[in-house]
Parts: sequence; C-alpha cells; structure tokens
Amino acid sequence: MLHMTHVSKVFRTQVVETHALRGLTLEIRDGEFVAITGPSGSGKSTFLNIAGLLEELTGGAYLLDGVDVRGLGDRARSRLRNEKIGFVFQSFNLIPDLDLFDNVDVPLRYRGFTRGERRRRIEAALEQVGLRSRMHHFPAELSGGQQQRVAIARAVAGEPKLLLADEPTGNLDSQMAREVMQLLEALNAQGTLVVIVTHDPEIASRAQRNIHLVDGIATDLERGPVLIDPIAARRSA
Amino acid sequence: MLAYYLDLAWRSLRRHVVLTALMILTLGFGVGASMTTLTVLHALSRDPIPGKSHKLFFVQLDPRKLAGYVPGGEPEGQLTRLDAEALLRAGRADRQAMMVGGNVGVEPVRDPGAAALPATYVDARWTSADFFPMFDVPFAAGRGWTVVEDEAAARVVVITRELADKLFGTVDAVGKSVRVNDTAMRVVGVLDAWQPPSHFYDLSVGTFGVAEQVFAPFSTSVALKLGRSGDVNCWAHSVTAAKDDDWVYALDAPCAWILFWVELDRPERVAAYRDFLIDYSIEQHKAGRFERPPTVALRDVLAWLDHKQVVPDEVHLQTAVALGFLAVCLINTVGLLLTKFLRRSPALGVRRALGASRRAIFVQLLVEAGMVGVAGGVLGLGLAWLGLLAVRHQPTDYAPLAHLDLPMLGATIALAIASSLLAGVVPAWRGCQLPPAIQLKSQ
Repeated sequence: MLHMTHVSKVFRTQVVETHALRGLTLEIRDGEFVAITGPSGSGKSTFLNIAGLLEELTGGAYLLDGVDVRGLGDRARSRLRNEKIGFVFQSFNLIPDLDLFDNVDVPLRYRGFTRGERRRRIEAALEQVGLRSRMHHFPAELSGGQQQRVAIARAVAGEPKLLLADEPTGNLDSQMAREVMQLLEALNAQGTLVVIVTHDPEIASRAQRNIHLVDGIATDLERGPVLIDPIAARRSA
Repeated sequence: MLAYYLDLAWRSLRRHVVLTALMILTLGFGVGASMTTLTVLHALSRDPIPGKSHKLFFVQLDPRKLAGYVPGGEPEGQLTRLDAEALLRAGRADRQAMMVGGNVGVEPVRDPGAAALPATYVDARWTSADFFPMFDVPFAAGRGWTVVEDEAAARVVVITRELADKLFGTVDAVGKSVRVNDTAMRVVGVLDAWQPPSHFYDLSVGTFGVAEQVFAPFSTSVALKLGRSGDVNCWAHSVTAAKDDDWVYALDAPCAWILFWVELDRPERVAAYRDFLIDYSIEQHKAGRFERPPTVALRDVLAWLDHKQVVPDEVHLQTAVALGFLAVCLINTVGLLLTKFLRRSPALGVRRALGASRRAIFVQLLVEAGMVGVAGGVLGLGLAWLGLLAVRHQPTDYAPLAHLDLPMLGATIALAIASSLLAGVVPAWRGCQLPPAIQLKSQ
C-alpha cells in the first residue's frame, strides 16, 4: 500500500539546510497497524506529511497503492489524497463554522458523491463513532474526545484504505485516549491500514509494528534497521 | 459545488460580522462614489440619437474675412443665411435642415370679445421641413410642414403635446390657430413626448436644456421677424440692410447665425457631400464672397459633441477622483480579505488535507470575495442613488439627467463584483498557495 524507496526530505532556507528524512526505504502493507515513534524533530511529522501527500519529497520514490506520486500535479495529488487517505490530527482540526454533519461532509464534497450518498455515509460514520445523535451540534459544543471521534468519522467516511493519525490522543485524557484507540483498532480490524505517529509508548505498544525515527533515519523495532538504505542516507547526510 | 461554496461563503461572512461589514462598507463607498460620477458621465456622453447619430452631420463653412485666418484652423461654427439657403436649395443630402432657436409668446386665437389671457412664453425652433424626420421627432397628431410651406413662409406651426394641452386643454390641436408674437398661425402637428438627452442639434442655446415647444418654418420666422436666440458672429455690416435694426436677417448679412444639419445615409454620400461643400466654397471664394481658402467640416453627431466638449471638465475630474477613491477602497478590501483568508489558513489546510485542490480552495475564496462584492454592490447602488439625488439638486443644466438607468444599474453590480473579485484574486491566490502542511501547522 505504502512503498517508499530512498525517500529524503530537505528543508532549505537561505542560511540553513535541514535533513528531515534521510534515505527512508519502507514498505507498509494493507491492513497493518503501524506506530511511528521518535523524539521531537526526528522527522515523524515530515514522514506523515509525505505519506499523506501534504508535502513533496526531495528525493527517492513513493508509491501509494501502486501510484507513483512523483510528478503528480496538484489536482491528481488532491484526488489521490481524497480517495485513499484519511487524516486524524492531534488537535482534531474540525472546522468550527460547520456542524458535525458538515464537517464529515467535507471530504465527500470533494469526492463528488451525490447528496443521498453523502448523507448515507455521514450518518454511518457518525453512527460508527457514536455521535449520530449530535450531528447538528458544532465542534465547540463537544468534549475533546468527542471532537476526535468526529475527526475519525470524517477521516473514514470516504472509506480510505489508509488512515494517518498524528498524535491522535495527544490532547486527550487517558479515558478518552483509550476510546479513540479502540476506534482506530476497530477500523484496522475492518481492514483499514492505520499509521499512527505518537510519543506515547503505551499507544505504540498497541500497534502491530513500530517504526522508530531518529534524525530522519528509521528503524523497524521488530525487524531491525534493515529498511535504511545506507548509501542514500550517507548521500543526504 | 457552487452552491456549496456559496453556503461556505455565507457562513464565513456571518462568522466575522465586523470584518465583513467593514469590507462591504469599504467596497460600497468606493462603488457608490464611482458609479455616481460614472452615471453622470454616461448620461452626459450618451448618444442622443442612437442608430442615427452616424448619419447626421453638422455642416461648417468659413465665409469670414481673411484677417485672423490660420491654415488648418476650425471653420465658422454656423452658416450665413445666404449659404444656408443655398445649401438647402441645392438639396445634395438625403435630408437637410437649417435652424435657429427663438423665444416667443404664444396664445390661442380666441373669438372676438373673448377674454384675453396672458401669452405663454416658450422656446421655439425655426427650422426647415426635414427637421422632424431627420431627428426622429415623434408626432402625437398631424404632421410637420412641407417644403412648399417652407418656401411659401406659410403661417403654420408645430407645437408640443404639453403646450397643446396647456393652450387648448387637449392634444387634439391640429387645425386650431395660435397667435405667435401676435401672428395667427395654424397648428399642423402636435409632437409626442420628445426629450433627447442633450440639446445636440443646437448647442448654442444650452447643452442640456429641454427641447423647444414651438416649431415653425425658418422662412416664416424671417418674414415675421419672430426673434432668434443663440450665437451670432458678424464680420461686417450688411450692405442692403445696414440701417435695419435687425439687419442680421438680411440675406446678404455677413453674419453666421444658422445651424445646418444634413442626413447622409451612406459613407460615399458623406464623401460626395464633403466634395460638394469644398466645391461650393471654391465657387464662393472665386466670386469674392469667401476670403479665406476653402475650409469645411462635416462631423457626425458624436464627433460634433466630442468636438464641442459637451461633457464639462468638472465631470471628468470628479470621475477621475471617484475612480481613484475606488482604487483606494479596493486596496483596503484586498488587505481585509487577505487578513481574513490567511487567518483561516488552518481550516483551508484541513480542506486541502481532505482532498481539496488548490483550484477548489481558490474558487471557494473567490466566491466569498464575490459575495462581499454583491453586498458591496447593493450598498454601492443605494449610495449611488443618493449621490445622484444630490447631483439632481445641484444648480447645473445637466442635473436632471443624473438618473440611474438599467445599463448603469447592471454596470454598478458588475463593477462591484468585478472589483471584489479583483480584490479577492490576490488573497485567494495566497490562500490556496500555502502548502497544506504549513497551514495545518499553524492550527
């Protein structure tokens, strides 16, 4: 599903060049539950942004569900993002002007579904996270945990194959965090590939697979540092 | 998606009421001010006789003395009676009309013994038979006079509907008699409502004045010495009528005081008529009447109005100032929209993450800017209406023309929307260009 080869990402300013990812080679298959861990500044978010087509990679190759994303134009990347990927953010990122129904509706609008199809999917997604009865409430009227559940509903309403979650429990207390993790696990059980970026070892321990990033270099904690291409890493260092 | 974008725009504008109000006010004032002045400019520079203005030509010759002659200079603005009557007789144009303005006392002819009422003094036009069909003057009853009546200096008159109603209490005044400066004249026609936007056929009696109420043959006015108004330019005294108080009327008076218009339906007719005027001038020059080398001018209505600069300089200046003000308002709106859109970066980032393309975001933001434009346009329309009301209360002869017509109504809305879209393009472009990862980071 997610195949990266020698992927590097360099941020350049006039005075400084920062290597966020150094020759990352990685394959994540359909249906996996993967945790990306690492200290701050290790490149976790950059990895997630590149995996989610929110950022261009500097070097290497990235195939998402068999599609080579290099050289894709903005419309094609947006379409791919819309159809294949769901996002869950640490701070929920619900749009405050819109009620829950309309928030979940956002990705479906860009997909071009009919009104009836959108309604069916929105209600099903909100049902799945237990918030269907509150679909005409606004985000500000919900607790953090509920907001994150809405964000998950929004992420899965389009039935993406890949769910990218950036510290999804970072702003939640332990009870709410548990509920969110249970939801993500349930989605994974239904076949969705879930990739979580987290600082929390407890959360990471619930994943099937852990990838640890340090200074833009990844180590698969179960399989060992075999996913690093040493030549590419040296080249980008 | 347009309905979706409209819905989003509405929500967004409602969410930031103060900012939205500020933008609408800014745009509304800019549009209102510029549309007020543009409407005045439009009204003053409007084609007074659409569909025909390119066929009607103002004729100029130069019979003046050699003194003061400048090669390539402008010929005299009016004709002498001798030249005007010669051109009329020649009949080389499809239609031709000589004319001058006047002011007369008019009253209905009453039965002997009936109580006399004071005469009504009205503006008049002494002209020739073709005047009515040339200038598309509509008749409510009767007709204009004929060429034969012209030549016979017949005591006939055409009056306006308004005057007929005032004198006789009915529009059906054809066949009745009126006394014009003490001479009884028969009404042969009653005009329907006719008020061209400018007094284009005779600018010497005012550019934007109202049309006359009495029309009679030029020959009759000369015969009866009914009086005339407008400019007179004389360069010597008449030989035969030197002792006459009103010697200007003399056929050979070296005075230009008559306006002459011709109707020429085809370009080749225009060229031929110009040649005719040149030949006529050469002939007069050879005969010793015209001292200057032959100089003629033949301008159509719009060229003539342009040449006479009928739109006052102050109106041009006001328009320029108002457009400058609109530009300042637009720059302010750009700033406000930029602030608004950039403040929404995180939400836009979320949309990008969820599948919105740059183009989709751009269109969404532009629709929002357009909605501000529509609201600004409506406000601007109201302000323009008030502005024009103020103009109509100014002591200027063009004040009554300052009305918002349908094209300008559309233009106001179009200007407002175009302005807001113009103001929205840069902020919308900036808003959609930020990488989504950066936008999300700013959450």
